[in-house]
Amino acid sequence: MTEKISIAKRGMLDAKGRQRRTLLKGAATAALATGTITGAPMIWSQNIKDITLRQFGTGVSNLNDVANKVKEDLGFTLEMTALDSDSVTQRAATQPKSFDIADIEYWICKKVWPAGNLQPMETSRIENYDKIVGIFRNGKLNPDSVIAQGTAPHSVGFVDGPDGKEFASEETGWMTLIPTIYNADTLGIRPDLINREISTWAELLNPEFKGKASILDISSIGIMDAAMVCEAMGEVTYGDKGNMTREEIDKTMAIFTEAKKNGQFRAFWKSFDESVNLMASGEVVIQSMWSPAITAVRSKGIPCVYQPLKEGYRSWGGGLGLSRNLSGMELDAAYDYINWYLSGWVGGYLMRQGYYSAVPETSKNFMSDDEWGFWFEGKAAQGDIVNPQGVTMEKAGAVRDGGSFQDRMGSVACWNAVMDENQYMVRKWNEFIAA
Amino acid sequence: MTIRKTGKGWLLASPLVLILGFFLLIPVFAIVMVSFWGSTEYSYYPAFQFENYQFLLTSHVTLSVYLKTFMFAAITWSLCLLIGFTVAYYLAFHIRSLPVQILLFLICTIPFWTSNIIRMISWIPFLGRNGIANNTLQHFGVIDEPLEWLLFSDFAVILAFVHLFTLFMIVPIFNSMMRIDRSLIEAARDAGATGKQILTNVIIPLSKPGIMIGSIFVVTLVMGDFLTVRFMSGGQSASVGRVISNEIGLLQYPAASASAVVLLLTVLIMISIMLRFVDIRKEL
Repeated sequence: MTEKISIAKRGMLDAKGRQRRTLLKGAATAALATGTITGAPMIWSQNIKDITLRQFGTGVSNLNDVANKVKEDLGFTLEMTALDSDSVTQRAATQPKSFDIADIEYWICKKVWPAGNLQPMETSRIENYDKIVGIFRNGKLNPDSVIAQGTAPHSVGFVDGPDGKEFASEETGWMTLIPTIYNADTLGIRPDLINREISTWAELLNPEFKGKASILDISSIGIMDAAMVCEAMGEVTYGDKGNMTREEIDKTMAIFTEAKKNGQFRAFWKSFDESVNLMASGEVVIQSMWSPAITAVRSKGIPCVYQPLKEGYRSWGGGLGLSRNLSGMELDAAYDYINWYLSGWVGGYLMRQGYYSAVPETSKNFMSDDEWGFWFEGKAAQGDIVNPQGVTMEKAGAVRDGGSFQDRMGSVACWNAVMDENQYMVRKWNEFIAA
Repeated sequence: MTIRKTGKGWLLASPLVLILGFFLLIPVFAIVMVSFWGSTEYSYYPAFQFENYQFLLTSHVTLSVYLKTFMFAAITWSLCLLIGFTVAYYLAFHIRSLPVQILLFLICTIPFWTSNIIRMISWIPFLGRNGIANNTLQHFGVIDEPLEWLLFSDFAVILAFVHLFTLFMIVPIFNSMMRIDRSLIEAARDAGATGKQILTNVIIPLSKPGIMIGSIFVVTLVMGDFLTVRFMSGGQSASVGRVISNEIGLLQYPAASASAVVLLLTVLIMISIMLRFVDIRKEL
């Protein structure tokens, strides 16, 4: 109920004050049938039910629970389609009429924005805009932070106007994507099969793990992990790992091709499930991995650690973008949805899975103190930590791998990126896979 | 009269013409057309250029991927032929009663009632480092260390192919063999032919159409496959199909179309060579 109250309040306090909302508040209450509180959504209630927003994105945040909650809180229907990152890019770039809301990553945004299928959002209509973490606004987590390499979200986060095609270098009031979730990725290991400390990315190519290592076969992300490894080995120095020169790409792929020929890799994975199975079955003991995959392995009772490494993390962030075709009432509904998204419920839901939300302080209201302490502050869990589905993830006393939000997001070495030499890189990556 | 006759002929042929036209000719034409288009990272545009083919035909990756795919096709084909022919021969000539023949034939098809992806993926836990195969071998002391090459290797890919596609060889060969007039075999035996001579001079020549149809199935299926290669090699081997699927994933539709056209031509050439050996239409 609390979120409903806050939404209702915001509805009334909204600076733009679309009159019809207040006028129809009563009708909305009736329509909502939940009774006691004026849970007035911001748009015309009698039409709300007819509105359907079609959202697509990677499985990460395309959750049916979110769609159900939207129906409950806002009244309209949200249709979710989950796809892999390649298909997401494809659809955002080539099928503008097939979606209303694109849930994409920032590097995908850099790739598809020029296709002109998305429209920027007015930050003045985003209520929690000021509370969005600095990473997505000026690039800095703290005022003294150094901006990491790669496609840092703020660098593709703004355009200069409603029809802007070029990314702006600072906050302009026109945001390309509203950040939703992000995380810091590192290597996953099986501590029970390795039995020693792992502290650097270079270990991925350590001959000790011959035939037991894996890397993900999604070129744009795999190349970054590869670069982290080569840099840690001291074999290659990069100007910018997120925007390599042809020479840097060649060197990186040469090292990895040699390792592949020597049988370093057990397999390459492309989907989340594959990475879980490789790790859980013991086929692989060290590999690039995503946070929820680690929890999935652990929930089978198999030890698996998301190992913090001294070179830092490879980070990624996702956000919601609006289709160019949205207008009128649908557009209003989309803004409502985005404001609702940042208002905390989704943030809490996602943070209980190990991701971070763009506006942590609103998410805090939807998490217990213990959950907040464990997931965000890096404190030892007081009681058992359960995920949104009620499965126990961690026992009391556990501490999150990598520690607090500041520790983890503060040591990002690079962001997922698209390079200027992307096509060349993809060719080289395919040669590596075929080698 | 003749006009009415031809009109009727056209009418009778039209469903097939329409179906093939809509679902085969137009799509293939579209693929050929797009293969000459140009593309940027996020879009593609109509053009008439040879860039896609130029890159494809001069890249050493193409050559190595084709060689690998040919290798998969050749080994899979010979194993499928060996197993398929043996099984069909046993069913056709060693089982005397028709009901038992039908029963055994049905048993051959039972595994094919499940999805072929499931049949393929079920090999993964079986062949894994701590899988049933390795555990059993270690239990009986055959090996000390788990065999790494069982899974995520070319061996695994070929094993899965043979498992998936042998039935496509058994069925047509069995069908051809059932049509062989038994009196021919009796006549051969009366004329003093040995069992081996009967096999090579009577049965194999008369089973040729079945062998050829089965071969076409197996070869085209292997040439176009991308899932089996990806899963069973743990993503470490490339095949032509995987290259195309990667290109589609990266939005390079024109490049993918060019690859598809080259693959189509390659397979057509292979089939036309195979058809040189047997006049299927005459034999059926």
